[in-house]
Amino acid sequence: MTIDWNHFTPWTSLAGGILLGLASAIFILVSGRILGISGIVGGLLRPKAGDAGWRIAFVLGLLAAPLLYMALVGPVSATVDADWGTLVLAGLLVGVGTRYASGCTSGHGVCGLARLSPRSLAATLAFMGAGFTTVFLTRHVLA
Amino acid sequence: MQHRVTEFLVGLLFGVGLIVAGMTDPSKVLGFLDLAGPWDPSLAFVMGGGILVGLGAFATAKKRTTSFLGGAMHLPTSAVIDKRLIGGSLLFGAGWGLAGFCPGPAIVSMSAGQPKAAVFVAAMLAGMAVFATLERIQSHKSAGAY
Repeated sequence: MTIDWNHFTPWTSLAGGILLGLASAIFILVSGRILGISGIVGGLLRPKAGDAGWRIAFVLGLLAAPLLYMALVGPVSATVDADWGTLVLAGLLVGVGTRYASGCTSGHGVCGLARLSPRSLAATLAFMGAGFTTVFLTRHVLA
Repeated sequence: MQHRVTEFLVGLLFGVGLIVAGMTDPSKVLGFLDLAGPWDPSLAFVMGGGILVGLGAFATAKKRTTSFLGGAMHLPTSAVIDKRLIGGSLLFGAGWGLAGFCPGPAIVSMSAGQPKAAVFVAAMLAGMAVFATLERIQSHKSAGAY
């Protein structure tokens, strides 16, 4: 294994992670809710009465984040190599998968691990393992 | 109103955190998932930082019966590790590895004006709708409606 020193950003990534942890901490303590994106968004598709407002407020904040960042800090760059067909397939897999698993990188990977849940550890190991395997196959076997 | 403002600000903070962390750039995410290539370990620092801050908060949360705003504590109660959890996570991980987007960063990147993120988010919502429909059919079946 070789480290990609040119792209390695330990300090900004740690700082970003701390912000994610802070947001998750505030959400559980102040609002009493788990900060899990797939659950919050998925619950908006057929919301129960009185259960949509908090989800909408959160998602609006999420949508406002890049606008604030671009106004105050700079561009939000993203290099997307996947073609359109791959993006559609990937989106479908992520949508179905996160709902069956009741969580994604935020709900299981950050909140679940922080609350020491064995269920979230199992989920995180499974999606990380599948992610590593998929990238290995697409970049080193099938490419 | 106090609740809605809190939820909005938490979403805002989380979104900014994703940008600062580098999670909104799929090439960086894939650089982390590519163990066999030149490996970028940055995302381990994202998770590490998030979990470290979360540990104290969730330890406190488990002892409380109400939130600071006086509402109920919605902590997960399920502890089962079953086929749904593992199978769903494997599908999610495969999709994550194909495009480099997971749900939060895709939504943020879409709002930053990235058309490919918008397509991903549309497909993700369709996938979530498929799940909701399958669940509804399943619950009708088990209730003997068919």
